[in-house]
Amino acid sequence: MAKAELMNYEKALEQFEVVIGLEVHVELNTKTKMFCGCKNEFGNEPNTNVCPICIALPGALPAVNKTAVESSIKIGLALGCDIQPTGRFARKNYFYPDLAKNFQTSQYDEPIAFNGSLEVEVPSGDVHNVLIERAHMEEDAGKLTHIGGATGRIQGAEYSLVDYNRAGVPLVEIVTKPIFGAGAEAPELAAAYVRSIREIVKALGVSDARMERGNVRCDANVSLRLHGAEKLGTRTETKNVNSLRSIERAVRYEIQRQAHILANGGTITQETRHWHEDKGSTSAGRPKSDADDYRYFPEPDLVPVQPSKELIESLRASLPEKPADRRKRLAGEWNFSELEFRDVVNADLLDQIEETVAAGAKPQAARKWWMGELARIANEAEEGTELNVTPAQVAELAKLIEDGKINDRLAREVLGYVLAGEGSPAEIVTARGLEVVSDDGALIAAIEAALANSPDVIPAIKEGRMQAAGQVIGAVMKAMAGSADAARVRELLIEIANK
Amino acid sequence: MSELIRKSASELAELLRNKEVSSVEVTKAHLERSDTVDGAVHSYLYQSPEAALIAAAEIDRQRAAGDSMHALAGVPIAVKDNLATTDAPTTAGSKILEGWVPPYDATVVKKLRAAGMPILGKTNLDEFAMGSSTEFSAYGPSRNPWDLERIPGGSGGGSSSVVASFQAPLAIGSDTGGSIRFPAAVTGTVGTKPTYGAVSRYGVIALASSLDQVGPVARNVLDTALLQDVIAGHDKHDSTSLPESLGSMADAARKLDVKGMRIGVIKQLTGEGFQKGVSARFQESLNLLQAAGAEIVEVSCPSFEYAIAAYYLILPAEASSNLAKYDSVRFGLRVEPGENATIERVMAATREAGFGPEVKRRIILGTYALSSGSYDKFYGAALKVRTLIQRDFAEAFSKADVLVSPTAPTTAFKFGDKVDDPLAMYLNDIATIPANLAGIPGMSLPNGLAEEDGLPVGIQLLAPAREDARLYQVGGFLEQAHEQVWGKRMIDFAPELEVR
Repeated sequence: MAKAELMNYEKALEQFEVVIGLEVHVELNTKTKMFCGCKNEFGNEPNTNVCPICIALPGALPAVNKTAVESSIKIGLALGCDIQPTGRFARKNYFYPDLAKNFQTSQYDEPIAFNGSLEVEVPSGDVHNVLIERAHMEEDAGKLTHIGGATGRIQGAEYSLVDYNRAGVPLVEIVTKPIFGAGAEAPELAAAYVRSIREIVKALGVSDARMERGNVRCDANVSLRLHGAEKLGTRTETKNVNSLRSIERAVRYEIQRQAHILANGGTITQETRHWHEDKGSTSAGRPKSDADDYRYFPEPDLVPVQPSKELIESLRASLPEKPADRRKRLAGEWNFSELEFRDVVNADLLDQIEETVAAGAKPQAARKWWMGELARIANEAEEGTELNVTPAQVAELAKLIEDGKINDRLAREVLGYVLAGEGSPAEIVTARGLEVVSDDGALIAAIEAALANSPDVIPAIKEGRMQAAGQVIGAVMKAMAGSADAARVRELLIEIANK
Repeated sequence: MSELIRKSASELAELLRNKEVSSVEVTKAHLERSDTVDGAVHSYLYQSPEAALIAAAEIDRQRAAGDSMHALAGVPIAVKDNLATTDAPTTAGSKILEGWVPPYDATVVKKLRAAGMPILGKTNLDEFAMGSSTEFSAYGPSRNPWDLERIPGGSGGGSSSVVASFQAPLAIGSDTGGSIRFPAAVTGTVGTKPTYGAVSRYGVIALASSLDQVGPVARNVLDTALLQDVIAGHDKHDSTSLPESLGSMADAARKLDVKGMRIGVIKQLTGEGFQKGVSARFQESLNLLQAAGAEIVEVSCPSFEYAIAAYYLILPAEASSNLAKYDSVRFGLRVEPGENATIERVMAATREAGFGPEVKRRIILGTYALSSGSYDKFYGAALKVRTLIQRDFAEAFSKADVLVSPTAPTTAFKFGDKVDDPLAMYLNDIATIPANLAGIPGMSLPNGLAEEDGLPVGIQLLAPAREDARLYQVGGFLEQAHEQVWGKRMIDFAPELEVR
């Protein structure tokens, strides 16, 4: 398929107003599935977490998971939503082999939570108030694997395999109202919004919130209209964009693609689109019209969910700190510059740094490691790979430096071994004998050996030309393979010169 | 013919308790009866003699060991083939499930096993319980033991004919619009549709989830009550099951007293449209009730006029969705349409080959009724009618403790009479459908023979939700009063089956 032509981004924004709408699916981390007692676990052998209910054998009936309802209410409350006093489930009917019943048990006109809002900060520091239309409960589908054929897609495949382990896993779908006025920041806002949702569900403890596992998935609706136009433009829905960076790129791509079409007199087809991370582009999925007929009707096998006021209030009382409040608190505690703090937020490293500080590291040291060396390694690694290091280990590493046990260079080496799974930093330092040498005897011997090769250094130091010390310190470090404590070498050298 | 098979379940239970017979003997007697008559009656889709005898022997062993036993322990039973059983294929009368053996037991089946009741086999039904005659069973119809040229009622014609032909003292049925009560009426047997939620639907192959209810089938009221007491109760696997117990039906059946009770005659379910003999027998029963001190009042349920229309929107709508799972992917029939078999084409070919005409008709009706643009006009309107019918009942029950009507407009019709005329077939359920729409309990019990054709007529009793016991109280009285008039049980008027 030919790659679509794109309009220059700035030019697109001059001509058009961008309207986005975001649908985020959050997989809940309940012990069991939404409507049966099967384990809700990722990564098990295919079709091992299944039962008559979640593979829809004749006669089986659903029963609602109470914890999933409570988690959904928590999400609703955290997003400032009203909670539905009597909410029915509804059947969304369509045939697809990953959907065992050929209908999805979802909610339609009575979502568990509705009418909320969320303040979202974008990298520029602007804060947008995103209005939440609804959050409703539903179940996930199974997973299809297409075998044969070149693309791994259903087209051209010889056959397909279905794994129902995920079928019936509880989901909460959070839908925004149309978001106006983000302008050029619309792509960043989309990503920042999803990040906020992630932070919230993680803080609530209701989801593992790992995008690479599909715990949080985003469908991004994008439409354009001429500035000043009243009617909304035709939208496309880019499905299942599964990283924050991809969300930003996909929205930006759709803006440019649609702008090119519209500016050339074309029309936008209302359709779903697929994001291709490798190509950085979207391609057409299936046509989607408002008349898509899912034949929703109230689920007759379930009674309505009727959370009591007492339950809602006790869940409200249990809510953790709001992400925006938390950011304010951390910014105060850590004393980073405004720019440093924003970088940390944008790098999505608040959790790691907070945990590292909690494990005893100084905030600046924690920031330095996560934003520096670890960020570099993460960037080089394949997307989605998780670094094999815990905040406690980073804190330990920082402590070793602070105590003078290792220097920065050694610390980077130690970190490499930590990532390779050799153990904690302290264990590695001991096992590999990486501690800096601050034994004066060994250092003095090395200094004297170096001075023998550079006889003019002592007179130079005596004359106050301290830069001359550099070549001796360098020689000592080299001789001791980097494990010398450079500061101590300098002190000793000055002592020798002043004798 | 063994004496044992003509005994009621409660009589058998008594003999078993006193160790005058063993469960193996009782079970064998019924299996032998099936050997001789089921070729003609075709009540069963599947018989499980080995499993039944093993269960019977186990019960006999437990009884000999002095274990505490359930009231019906050792009494064998037949189960409608839309309840999941791990030891017998479960087809719902459809080709699409031919040979499918579920990996789990329906809750009701578990309860039967726990009560020590040997399961003789699985009884015939219209495909997915859609029909009033068993003519829509993919495996051929069951026959009415009173006249083998006539239908045994439907959808539960297998369960009604199996008890009417003495192949089993008890059977399990399911009733979505009359599938227990209509077959009971035309075969001279007793059947109850309990309050919606009184009996678990877990493991019952769904027709229409908001209407389906499992219930007991037997030859007398007390047996029916004893069986309801076995199968009723809350089930955490069925969200719509009632949390509370409705008390003992057997106790109610033994009261035999209607003095002071207000019996409401539903104006809309009498008179025109009802066969002469049906109406005559109905009036006689009212006289019996009145003579015993009950007060007969007339009640009006004006919305019943729309009941069938509403029912044939709500039922197909739910059924179209419930039947979507039959797609060849995980169980049941799979038809591969030659080359280039995409999943859509395999699903379509499977459903085309696996579903019969009535099922397809209702899937199409239901899909249409739910589609956007039609929803408010059809499904939405039907839900409003449902509410009106519930209000009619509420109003009627403010004037009467129990409502009565003939169970069906006519006696058993002949095979082929209505099978090509869906509307005529649907009208057959005019008296039974309102109870399903309102979720209230209903019972049909023998009400004599119509003089014009000598065939059984049924009377229907209806009570408010959760008041199932009232049905058994009035039913128990009426049955005894009838026997005094007739000199014997109605089933004893049935002709002896030609034994092959």
